[in-house]
Amino acid sequence: MSRVNTSRALLLLRQARRPGRLGWTDILAYGYLALGVVLMFGPVLWLVLSSLKTPAALLEFPPSFLPLTQKTISVPGHAQPLELHRVRLPDGSVKELAQVRRIGIQATMIDPASPGGPVIRVPIEAREPVREVAFAWSNYTEPLKQFAFGRYFANSLVVTIVATLITLLINSMAAYALAIYEFRGRNAALLMVIGTLMIPITIVLVPVFLVVTQLGLNNSLWAVILPGAATPTGVFLLRQYMLTLPRDLIEAARMDKASEWQIYSRIVMPLTLPALAVLAIFSIMWRWNEFLWPLAVLTKSEVYTLQIGLNAFQGELQTQWHYLLAMTVMTLAPVALVFVFLQRFITTGIANTGMK
Amino acid sequence: MAGLVLKGIAKSFGPVEVLRGIDLEVANGEFVVFVGPSGCGKSTLLRVIAGLEEVTSGTILIDGQDVTAERAAERGLAMVFQSYALYPHMSVYRNIAFALENMRLPREEIEARVRRAATMLRLTDYLDRKPGALSGGQRQRVAIGRAVVRDPKIFLFDEPLSNLDAELRVATRKELAGLHAEIGGTMIYVTHDQVEAMTLANRIVVLNKGRIEQVGTPLELYNRPANLFVAGFIGSPRMNLISGRVGPDGHFEMPGGALAQSGPFLPAGLAPGAEITLGIRPEHVLPAGGEAPDAILTVDLVEQLGSESYLYGTLPGGAALTLRSPLEDPARRGESLPVRFERHRLHVFDAAGLALRP
Amino acid sequence: MSETGPPPRAIPRESLASRLIQAVAGLLDRPMAWIQRAVGGRGMAYVFLAPNILFFGLFVFLPIGINMAMSLTGGTNLFLSERPFVGTDHYRSLMQCGSYLDPASCREDHFWKGVSNTLKFTLFQMVAMVGTALVTALVLNRKIRGRGFFRAVYFFPVLLSPVVVALIWKWILQRDGLLNGAITLVGGEKILFFVEPGWAMFWAVFVSVWAHMGFYTLILLAGLQAIPADLYEAAEMDGTKPMRVLTRITLPLLWPNLVVVLVLVLIKAVQTFDEVFVLTGGGPGTATLMVVQYIYETAFANQVQNFGLAAAASMLLGAVLFALTMLQLWIARRKAA
Repeated sequence: MSRVNTSRALLLLRQARRPGRLGWTDILAYGYLALGVVLMFGPVLWLVLSSLKTPAALLEFPPSFLPLTQKTISVPGHAQPLELHRVRLPDGSVKELAQVRRIGIQATMIDPASPGGPVIRVPIEAREPVREVAFAWSNYTEPLKQFAFGRYFANSLVVTIVATLITLLINSMAAYALAIYEFRGRNAALLMVIGTLMIPITIVLVPVFLVVTQLGLNNSLWAVILPGAATPTGVFLLRQYMLTLPRDLIEAARMDKASEWQIYSRIVMPLTLPALAVLAIFSIMWRWNEFLWPLAVLTKSEVYTLQIGLNAFQGELQTQWHYLLAMTVMTLAPVALVFVFLQRFITTGIANTGMK
Repeated sequence: MAGLVLKGIAKSFGPVEVLRGIDLEVANGEFVVFVGPSGCGKSTLLRVIAGLEEVTSGTILIDGQDVTAERAAERGLAMVFQSYALYPHMSVYRNIAFALENMRLPREEIEARVRRAATMLRLTDYLDRKPGALSGGQRQRVAIGRAVVRDPKIFLFDEPLSNLDAELRVATRKELAGLHAEIGGTMIYVTHDQVEAMTLANRIVVLNKGRIEQVGTPLELYNRPANLFVAGFIGSPRMNLISGRVGPDGHFEMPGGALAQSGPFLPAGLAPGAEITLGIRPEHVLPAGGEAPDAILTVDLVEQLGSESYLYGTLPGGAALTLRSPLEDPARRGESLPVRFERHRLHVFDAAGLALRP
Repeated sequence: MSETGPPPRAIPRESLASRLIQAVAGLLDRPMAWIQRAVGGRGMAYVFLAPNILFFGLFVFLPIGINMAMSLTGGTNLFLSERPFVGTDHYRSLMQCGSYLDPASCREDHFWKGVSNTLKFTLFQMVAMVGTALVTALVLNRKIRGRGFFRAVYFFPVLLSPVVVALIWKWILQRDGLLNGAITLVGGEKILFFVEPGWAMFWAVFVSVWAHMGFYTLILLAGLQAIPADLYEAAEMDGTKPMRVLTRITLPLLWPNLVVVLVLVLIKAVQTFDEVFVLTGGGPGTATLMVVQYIYETAFANQVQNFGLAAAASMLLGAVLFALTMLQLWIARRKAA
């Protein structure tokens, strides 16, 4: 008897798990994913919405979801536009009235439809502001005018582009040497590259600062660009890729009287483009987001990168969240755009190389 | 004048000796094929000539000049790789033109040469394409075009047909022979396929374990193999080889008894009692018909190819023997077949494996 | 083929990137050919290697030597020639403690507070990070509709800069922020997250997991997808229960990847600085001060720049990282074998 029951139960379970129907584990999985979407996207969405609020709306508690502002209305006889409120009148009816002034807990209202009509006094609990969605775009335009935000943005752009180009060039050259040639000291060079993996900038902060100072690069963008240009991960990634190129191609080029530089630049580089693209994207990410080293080495605000500038703002602008939030969005936007277009490429690149 | 001279070429990879003392002269305009089983060193020898591998010892002369120390790019040779090694990111045109651009030839000259080569190899319609968009045969022709356009001193081919299917291989083989006749360059060709070797070569170089076993024209190798290795390697199905000893009065004695009942069998002049190996090609073993048989063959297997048949059987002593018959249906499995050996086609090898010539 | 027709076009068409590379490289053809004549074909390997090695030497290997020298010298001058030799003074003052379990009893109490905070942070973060990444990877490995979308959702914070990540959460967690809004909405009391040490540490861990979990999820997901499907089919034929499939097939086969992720998380966690620094500033007090922040502030942000002490502290941190990286390489080798 019990055996029949279990087999029937099993049958039910099987049916539930037939394709097209959802089992309880599927529901759990989708629930988890939905929570994930809220948790991962929510904060960024909140940031973007908040960045469009006026300072007054930002001070509100509990905060409203959308950027709302007090709706105002021009009433003849009043120079300033008046705040519009929805008022519950003593007779129980609800009416939209304009507020002329407020003293203590008493508000003086008039009906905008009859500006000459009598003023109405109501307790302030009886009125509720009428609000509309309005985006405070000035949060975005003002920092560009008032602060050196544009400058920082340009600095970050220069650092990112120049550093990435240098990284691609010297890393690919080293990878080429280590992938194609058999030479004395190759293993030593490989060991050296592995060795640098163990030495992140965090532990040579002070001496690199000394080297940069000795080179006279202090407070120039080169101080940010150069120290990280040679990356062990980049050399490894490119070398691994180059090792998969057929040796015949290189020998054919050698038979074709190509110089070693021509083999590198005309044959190997074009064929390594996929790996170069992955490294380029990583380099762009690293450089755009780099924080600790620029923080240590850049002390003059003319050479601040975006991240350092933003960090400085958050110190200075504690009371001006509306600017800070808008600038955060502007810092995040380029990365978000890159991600939207290259999402698949980036994620597969990371999955394949296991690097970040 | 010899276009290429190799003197005492030896090459080791660490403790592994791949080439051991190769001496060879190749005349200008000659088509020489290196053939041998895999691992015999034929490809390494070609790469040594190309300059892609350095020799451990020995000298290489091209047109009388010592090029041993020169790198591949300086030797003025062209090579067609087994994988073709076409640059996948360049068009057919750029692939063929690449070497000429590296030589800094004027643009018009490059254009003219590429067009000439393309016309010769029927590639004119594909110059814009990338190698990935070509068929196997077309890629093969681009690889050849890349060599031809250079006008090199010597063409080197490293198993160029091995990536083609059987039908295309035969067609391309003919084209290569035609190409050699047309441009008349010195060509050195590596293959493990003896049919390619036989059909293409002016001379064949048989290599085994890093040494040259024999050099000669295809028919020389076929008819007068210098040793057991060459005898077994050239010809398909391979030559029958039976070990035994020289009996009294010129009979051949093997474990199951003597071959031939009447009259002397072996060529004259062999010392009685000597250990020898007897060789005879399948096409030179004939059904005895009415004549006195040399042996009785027990048929184990019959392969009918239509135009001819192969019989695989066993001699009384247990030695295996293959024979070729022009008949469609010469015998059945299990049948006993009296056979006769063509006396003037016998090959005799001494205990060291060297051919004994009377 | 017609002989009179126009000759077919033979202009090679190649990708823009490839042509750009070639145009730039073309400029260097002649100088490089000249160098090759000078050093020979084989010598070119060293020429290609030189720039990278120069950079490594200048910004990695030379600094290690300088770091050593700095940690053994005193004074406030940056240049080594101006710094008096003090021997192991810095190391001794770093190690001088009444009790190692009580940072306050140490001479460099901030260093030891940093060490203890970093240890706490690392421990919590490793468990939380690997746990969520594993669960997420397992969920994403199911037959999920829109897997690409969900993968992207979990991954995208990885690309955000630490400053941006920290500001996003700072805004949510501030006194009148979204979270406190939600708490009061359900009748709770506002919590001052950055004033209470426990909450500050919690959010430091939470935010760093939020930001980096997608990366480890991707690695684990790649590992899961490398498990051959026929193993699962065989298990299904054998009537294996889902839980057993997880514990007997999935997790054992994923184990090597899991270990790699654990060590990677560990190495990153020990170096934690930027998100936490921007989020809490190390506060309240020193409740979330990490070792790297201690080094940074000792060298660059304090009134008196004590480069020697910072160098000594980073040598100690370097020793820990060295050991962890050795562990990583050892595991990688065992995985390959």
